[in-house]
Amino acid sequence: MPKMVITVNYSLAYGAKLSRVEVVAAYPITPQTTVVEKLAEFVANGEMDTQYVKVESEHTAMAALISASLAGARTFTATSAHGLTLMHEVLIWASGSRTPIVMGNINRAMAPAWSVWADHLDSVAQRDTGWMQIYAETNQEVLDSIIQAYKFCENNEVLLPCMIMEDAFFLSHTSEAVDVPEQSEVDAFLPTFDPPEKLDVDDPKGFCSLVMPDWYMEFRYLMYEAWNKAMGVIYDVVEDFEKKFGRNHGALLDMYKCDDADAVLMAAGTAAATCREVVDDLRSKGKKVGLARIRFFRPFPTEEVRSLAKEVDAIGVLDRSFTFAHGGAFFSEVGGALYNSPAKPALKNYVAGLGGRDITPKTLSRLFEDVLSLPENGTEKEIEWVDLKDAPPEEVS
Amino acid sequence: MGKITIPEEENMHPGHIACLGCGGGLAMRYTLKALGKRTIVSVPACCWAIMHGKHPSFALGVPLVDTAFEVTGASISGIRAALDAKDIKDVNVVGFAGDGGTADIGIQALSGAVERNTNVFYVMYDNEAYMNTGIQRSGATPPGAWTTTTPVGTTQDWKKGAKKNMVEIMVAHDIPYTATINVAFPEDFIKKLQKGIDIDGPKFYHAFAPCPTGWRHPPELTVSIAKMATDSNVFPLFEVEIGKYKITRKPKKRIPVKEYLAIQGRFRHLPEDEVEQMQRRVDREWELLLRKEEFTADF
Repeated sequence: MPKMVITVNYSLAYGAKLSRVEVVAAYPITPQTTVVEKLAEFVANGEMDTQYVKVESEHTAMAALISASLAGARTFTATSAHGLTLMHEVLIWASGSRTPIVMGNINRAMAPAWSVWADHLDSVAQRDTGWMQIYAETNQEVLDSIIQAYKFCENNEVLLPCMIMEDAFFLSHTSEAVDVPEQSEVDAFLPTFDPPEKLDVDDPKGFCSLVMPDWYMEFRYLMYEAWNKAMGVIYDVVEDFEKKFGRNHGALLDMYKCDDADAVLMAAGTAAATCREVVDDLRSKGKKVGLARIRFFRPFPTEEVRSLAKEVDAIGVLDRSFTFAHGGAFFSEVGGALYNSPAKPALKNYVAGLGGRDITPKTLSRLFEDVLSLPENGTEKEIEWVDLKDAPPEEVS
Repeated sequence: MGKITIPEEENMHPGHIACLGCGGGLAMRYTLKALGKRTIVSVPACCWAIMHGKHPSFALGVPLVDTAFEVTGASISGIRAALDAKDIKDVNVVGFAGDGGTADIGIQALSGAVERNTNVFYVMYDNEAYMNTGIQRSGATPPGAWTTTTPVGTTQDWKKGAKKNMVEIMVAHDIPYTATINVAFPEDFIKKLQKGIDIDGPKFYHAFAPCPTGWRHPPELTVSIAKMATDSNVFPLFEVEIGKYKITRKPKKRIPVKEYLAIQGRFRHLPEDEVEQMQRRVDREWELLLRKEEFTADF
């Protein structure tokens, strides 16, 4: 198994190549561009036997992949921020047409104000589109998640799409050593895509057609059932992957030193990597803290959150986006999962790192201390915006 | 008696739910007669999103995917890419979209598909307004027409501005083949589609398809009105093959535009001077077309 030092954007391209993607349709956007460039290079050099549709927008990229997938091809794209939100309509179309498309999304802040830096709002805003969502922490996880995703998305009991998130620049452009598996190893793990129904001239059928109110709900319920089955399938695929490749990035909720923890911080993406260092540091000082990394935001790890709640006194939820609801999206969903849970630890929301602002070990250390203090001090301030400047922006020179 | 060149094969079956006298229905029927069973159709939001029947009924003998309004060009690009990936070369991929879905909301995806030289057919069945949503004006509605969003009223607020010329927009893309077709001339319609089978690259067809509901004419007059559109030069039949123009029907006796307008309710408000202006515009366009044919004859 060769080790390569590559950026996450190249991890995405290698993941697609190793998964023998048949159709790519993609449109460039910062900070995703090196993904589409690397894929173009693979195709141009004959290293990747793929139809690469160089489309004129992200909306077209996704729409083209839906039809390609319905015609029976394995499909891939990558995008970011405004590209992802431009796709919104067809993201819902993709899940409704049960096309197991896999996509990389470089998490970038939404304008205005213009920003190309890390923020989760672009993908959080797609949470109700029927796509699975993985928030990756490392380059290795990105490559591995693509291979895993095709396996569980294309499972005939599931047939749903998946987007894999990478924090802009912090992850997309950072080089790390990555185990790039041999093609034969991936081939042995990942069978070819063979959907039960497809656009086929020898078996003509209508797809995505009109349904009256007497059937629409049943189509949505079938998707709901697929979601429920997906959770089990994801666990199976993660286990199989570990047996084959020796790596496990966690299934839905990735626990780090949570077993005997008093207080846990939940976080997603690269902030989770910093959390690990801080957990180790605080543990060395006798503080019983842990990290519960939200790997999957969809399907949401409700049962995992409830199990965690039984073991800890306090949970802090870090959101790298804000949704103008009651707290960040991760916070409100964790809270929702806990409402009918017998165990209800203290719960607080930390909104941090928007628009690519650093979430430093020092900041996280303070947050862990704050979570530890919640059972005693209470959660009077339920939602905290972390590291805000004292003065509003217009007064800062 | 001349030989009938229309294939007997039917891939549009009873059970479709087109309105009486629907030109769009004829357009699909002739398209599928021309291209046969080894065809995959992509249809965006438009009358045809409904006409093939609601779940679980399906009136076509070829596979079809319904897509979002603006993505026909994208969808057929994806289908072609998937077939290419599987090395399937003998299947026709057809985008079948209305005038709004083509000339307005879908023009970007169409432009992209043509610019990429995608090997597909694209048929714009033109009923000159958003008919499925109830007769709202589109970029392909002709000037002077009443629609529910150009309701005339007391301020003469009928459709202003030219009808988008999709064939010329396609010519500007250097498209390998584009043609106008008309449901009143099925032989010409089918011949032009079949010609496309051997042309590698995008083929764009502007199909004239009257809508009795929206044009305010009796359903039994659909074919007559469509014929009058061509015989008045309002909708000339021609094709452009890599920039070379060829008019495929030159009316022996030209019908005044006034007669074409008079049998449709959507133009009944038009004052005489507007009708005369329309005649001058039609004459000018026809003259231009003749010259294009002459100018490109040696291409």
